[in-house]
Amino acid sequence: MTAIDTPSTKNVGITRLRKEDAHLITGQTNWTDNLQLTGMLHVALVRSPMAHAKVTSVDVSAALDQPGVVAAFTGADLADNWAAGLPCAWPVTPDMVSPTHLPIATDEVRYVGDAVAVVVAQSKYQAADAVEFVEVEYEPLPAVVNMEAAIADGSPLADTTLETNKSFTWQKIDGEIDDAFDGAAHITTRRFVNQRLIPTAIEPRSVVCSPPREHAEYTMWSTTQVPHILRLMLALTCGVPEQELRVIAPDVGGGFGSKLNVYAEEALLLVLARKLRKPVKWTETRSEGYQATCHGRDQVQDLSIAFNEDHTIRGLKVELLADMGAYLQLVTPGVPILGAFMFNSIYKMDALSFTCHGIFTNKTPTDAYRGAGRPEATYGIERLIDEAANELGVEPFELREKNWIKHEEFPYTTIAGIEYDSGNYEAATARAKELFDYDGLRAEQVERRASGDPVQLGIGISTFTEMCGLAPSRVLGSLSYGAGGWEHASVRMLPSGKAEVVTGTSPHGQGHVTSWSQIASDALGVPYEDIEVRHGDTAIAHKGMDTYGSRSLVVGGYAVQVACDKVIAKARKVAAHLLEAAEDDLEFDGGTFSVKGSPDVSTTIQDISLAVFAAHDYPEDMEPSLDSDATVDPENFSYPHGTHLCATEVDTETGEVTIRKYVAVDDIGKVINPQIVEGQIHGGLAQGIAQALWEEAVYDEQGNLKTGSLLDYYVPSAADMPHFDLDRTETPATTNPLGVKGVGEAGTIASTPAVINAVVDALRPMGVNDVLMPASPSNVWNAIQAASAGNTDGGAA
Amino acid sequence: MTKVEITVDGTSTEHEVEPRLLLVHYLRDVLGRTGTNVGCDTSNCGACTIHMDGQSVKSCTVLAVQADGSTVDTVEGLADPVEGEAGWHPLQRAFHEEHGLQCGYCTPGMIMASKGLIEDNPNPSEKEIRDGLEGNLCRCTGYQNIVKAVQSAAAEMRGDTKVEVEV
Ligand code: FES
Ligand code: FES
Repeated sequence: MTAIDTPSTKNVGITRLRKEDAHLITGQTNWTDNLQLTGMLHVALVRSPMAHAKVTSVDVSAALDQPGVVAAFTGADLADNWAAGLPCAWPVTPDMVSPTHLPIATDEVRYVGDAVAVVVAQSKYQAADAVEFVEVEYEPLPAVVNMEAAIADGSPLADTTLETNKSFTWQKIDGEIDDAFDGAAHITTRRFVNQRLIPTAIEPRSVVCSPPREHAEYTMWSTTQVPHILRLMLALTCGVPEQELRVIAPDVGGGFGSKLNVYAEEALLLVLARKLRKPVKWTETRSEGYQATCHGRDQVQDLSIAFNEDHTIRGLKVELLADMGAYLQLVTPGVPILGAFMFNSIYKMDALSFTCHGIFTNKTPTDAYRGAGRPEATYGIERLIDEAANELGVEPFELREKNWIKHEEFPYTTIAGIEYDSGNYEAATARAKELFDYDGLRAEQVERRASGDPVQLGIGISTFTEMCGLAPSRVLGSLSYGAGGWEHASVRMLPSGKAEVVTGTSPHGQGHVTSWSQIASDALGVPYEDIEVRHGDTAIAHKGMDTYGSRSLVVGGYAVQVACDKVIAKARKVAAHLLEAAEDDLEFDGGTFSVKGSPDVSTTIQDISLAVFAAHDYPEDMEPSLDSDATVDPENFSYPHGTHLCATEVDTETGEVTIRKYVAVDDIGKVINPQIVEGQIHGGLAQGIAQALWEEAVYDEQGNLKTGSLLDYYVPSAADMPHFDLDRTETPATTNPLGVKGVGEAGTIASTPAVINAVVDALRPMGVNDVLMPASPSNVWNAIQAASAGNTDGGAA
Repeated sequence: MTKVEITVDGTSTEHEVEPRLLLVHYLRDVLGRTGTNVGCDTSNCGACTIHMDGQSVKSCTVLAVQADGSTVDTVEGLADPVEGEAGWHPLQRAFHEEHGLQCGYCTPGMIMASKGLIEDNPNPSEKEIRDGLEGNLCRCTGYQNIVKAVQSAAAEMRGDTKVEVEV
């Protein structure tokens, strides 16, 4: 697919080259770390080298003597500055255990990287140097690193102020689960592991905070996905009145969930700006971020699926251990429970039981990472279906097709109680098989198996759906989430006939400026070039719920459409007044109102904007303004789906895995900008494939992060990544006027099981039934060795 | 403190610096030329890639004092600022047209590394591009459109009529 950029009055559905790019490709950027403010001081943190310890003393006096050092504080020095601990906005159960999480620890550290003191100096080199002079005495405590050990009797505690390592048990049972299993003709049971990952947005986190100057407000620039949420939460954490805090997310270099949080350093910099009355800046080093920025995944899944004689599914049991790490960050406990709605995926069944235990360990807290709960669930069910198909002796597609929701059955209320509005799994699958040459590759696989080729061919399937577009506020309420899921947009018509669109979403690579311009251009009839989109500053976009969970287009784009529609409704009134016609007699097309049957009697949106600005002559029953606000609350989640197929070559002698072909056919409903959508899928695929093949955050038994830098944590490069073949089917969403579905996370959610299913498929003749992720040569080799010794589960159990 | 003289994007600069100051920090913090980014502390990510005396290097692996007397070119010097889009380097145009960037944080390094790659090999294959950019990480794009952009820019720089590239 190649870019086109022909001017047209119709913008939605065509590729428009991004408005965002010009400053990014020329280096005229606006990253937080670029900021240099007069008198700005630099902050460095002293972090615990121990996973768990009592802090017996912290002495900053020697640091204060170092060149350039202006101030240094211990956790105790700052303890009075916090109105509350760092927030967890998702108390999933009423009795959820949540440790108090101070930005700087006072007497106990609970993971490697937990902050114990802070140094402020005139330069960042001086601040980093002075950190070495802070003397901290620790009394080591036993580290809790393994979830099963953590909940075994007699386990030491990850937090000695608590009585348990279990934060919560959350359960949801739909249908008669015991009946489903009692009468089953076949049951497949497996344990799968979703390893811990480090999100690694390429821009490290950075925060700048300046004290009040001409306005009585603090200004914070942060590498955040959520400036609006951050503003509210920091106000609560630091006791700063909300109206006295302005948060700006300038250019933000990727997030993937890792910048969807309220971090210790953000609260700390606000407090330091308040104490020191100077602008302050902190930027993490990558290795520091690997300890101090939330990790993702880390879930052990025990799954059982029960079938009838005819291979239809009777029920599914899911029991999860989810590693919270040492503290509950913004949505840590909510991430795994999204699985309660997703393990059933595209399949019909009579019963579903879901139980999730949230466990504390002495590790970096986990939180949302691209997909947040849905990749884990999709991995579990798509691996399980393949295993069941193998046990039942049927083709994996046959078992899927027998059980998935047919296109004529939509809208369909799933066993988990949510309504999938639309979808066509048959169409996406047919297209994927064709593009992949499924039958051809299966035939080759048979030959390669017969010839005993040491490099075996595997074919992996992932037929996925997901729930995104977070979210209908009432559903979030029923899940005890601390806020709603609405989004806001406003449109300001300028006297010159140009328009400003203000959005509550906060993009960091997704291209909202371009896509929102396309939506607004078509809706207002204002040329694409004449639209400016503003975002990411609470003083400009005063209201918003920000960007995560593939929500921006389906909720935020929807709000833009509604706000534009309101402008046009007002403009129609003015047009009728000016043209001396009835509103109903007016047609609106491409920015022009004309009287039906007399196309020459017309006026344009630009003329109307000017007329309303002049306000010499406008209808009596309205204000002289076309501007509008819209706050939309989605009526449902968005359910993109698709079929992904992966062919892997697995060297049975070395364990090396190579992706030979990857086909992704996604159905995300209507599309605003095909090029941006392709980019989202490419990037999503890369992250999901990386989980399958390369990435893992590893801790040793003392709770040290062994993969503590980019040297040891393997983020794939272009040389590792395969070429992707993409196509789309289009089943419009019925729950928003644009017909769109979310796309930000689909590629990640779908791809991990597609790859692992392919690896296992290649090794199936050798008796391998699972391979631990990442499917590194050693994990593959171990699975082969274990299988030849009669153990077929890849080492998971 | 040591005095360094470095020509950056055609302008000579002269400052007293600490011997340990990294070139990337010289560019960003001393000169305020923030077009070049920092993405790691282990020289793995390539976000800081610049050209020093015509060679593509990671500016976090060079001390400012080592660059004394050198000519440094960064992404900020690639385009003619007064010309707007018309003044863009073919690589900048290609990254834009092929959607070779999303958040754009890796982009300055990617573009500078790609420039070095094309100068060494004016007609790189897909594999040569992928291997040649191994030291530059992007977390957003999955690399496919970066590869496309480099192919497209290389074609333009060779003077080929602009071909539709399909990778
Ligand atoms: S900052 Fe230079 S390689 Fe990462
Ligand atoms: S575009 Fe975001 S890291 Fe490459």
